[in-house]
Amino acid sequence: MSATEATIQLNVNGENKTVFVPPMKRLLDVLREDLSLTGTKEGCGEGECGSCSVRMNGDLVNSCLVPVLQANGAELETVEGLASDGVLHPLQQAFLLCGGAQCGICTPGMLMAAKHLLAHNPHPNIAEIREGLAGNLCRCTGFMRIFESVLSAATSNAATSQQETHAR
Amino acid sequence: MRGNAAQHELIAPGSLPAVLDLLSSAPGEWTPIAGGTELMVAFAAGRLTASRLVSLWGIEELRFITTTPGELVIGGGSTFSDLRACAAVAADFPLLDKSASWIGSIANQTRATVGGNLVNGSPAADSSPALLVYDAEIELISTRGKRRLPYREFHTGYKQNAMTADELLYAVHLPRRFAQHHQYLRKVGTRRAMAISKVALGATTLIKNGAINEIRAAAASLAPFPARLFKTEAVLAGKSPSTGVIQAARQALLAEAQPIDDIRSNAHYRKSVGANLLEEFLLGLNREIETR
Repeated sequence: MSATEATIQLNVNGENKTVFVPPMKRLLDVLREDLSLTGTKEGCGEGECGSCSVRMNGDLVNSCLVPVLQANGAELETVEGLASDGVLHPLQQAFLLCGGAQCGICTPGMLMAAKHLLAHNPHPNIAEIREGLAGNLCRCTGFMRIFESVLSAATSNAATSQQETHAR
Repeated sequence: MRGNAAQHELIAPGSLPAVLDLLSSAPGEWTPIAGGTELMVAFAAGRLTASRLVSLWGIEELRFITTTPGELVIGGGSTFSDLRACAAVAADFPLLDKSASWIGSIANQTRATVGGNLVNGSPAADSSPALLVYDAEIELISTRGKRRLPYREFHTGYKQNAMTADELLYAVHLPRRFAQHHQYLRKVGTRRAMAISKVALGATTLIKNGAINEIRAAAASLAPFPARLFKTEAVLAGKSPSTGVIQAARQALLAEAQPIDDIRSNAHYRKSVGANLLEEFLLGLNREIETR
């Protein structure tokens, strides 16, 4: 059975995009291959590591588990949308300052999960940060520096004001 | 071998009647896919046998949680995030709220649906022990109409269930009569998030005059499908959870359980831990009776 391709419309980081792809193609692969947004990483490919985390209509999802047809018409946020005009997002700045990134494979997913957490809970405690990032695995940092990065971003005024702007 | 998207058809008719018409027109031809947290894993690994899939994502008729005086009704398309956000679930069915928090992680809870969890029928399904001990009913829908059956009769074998090929899981009905019950649920897995159960055990019981007047116990990963522990329940019915009764109940569970060895655990460990969870539940029950 060969399937016909479908026209899929996506709003990615505020820009409208149209792709013509098989509807079962994974959102992850559409982002990376069709839209050249390679910031979103594939780790396990089975929804267990969180490396491919993006936000879809304000929800955190593993893009490796989303057939692109189910994202048709959706607003998507990827790691490429965090920095604007050459200025790092407060979360990215905090990861840099606190040593929250080492090899970098988990980092885009960590950032998007952290952004999602702060959008709903601008001042999380460490237990809430642990739950918010529980689906994102890191094999370098031992996690503590990542949790500290998120805590640092959440306590900075810059992060707070930006999160309030983005909160749903 | 990786899955090839071009080898699978996926359509999104967009409404419940349109999906039901499609399923009815060619029973068995189309495989429903909701949040994809199971089927997309199989797809990526090249294990997805279904060649034609129909999307249930975004069908609002399946995504609802309503309460009536007697029931909480959860649409099959409700996600576990929906459950966790619903105050009525937490208030009346705390074990279900707890089990929803066990599903993978936030990103999985956002997409995984109650209907998908049950229809997939994993022996380890997180929501199943809670739904079994709350005596849930399943409502199925097709172009022929709706029908209801007790959840305890839904799973019929490993990944087998009572649905026909033209049916969808429309809703789960929960009777709102457990406020006075002592309730217990515990999952044992490798870690708290992103870990499939090695074993999980739930129970609800009503105490009268110091004895177990009504009891339901159910387990995940102790049988080919999530199931009530009827023989263990029978040992406990009418009894006070004394040391002797607890030992008899443990023996009943060990005799009744049929776990397997697999990648996550082995049968011996699962039986031992299942019996320990039952004992933990009964010791807690005993303390509650003594403090009354």
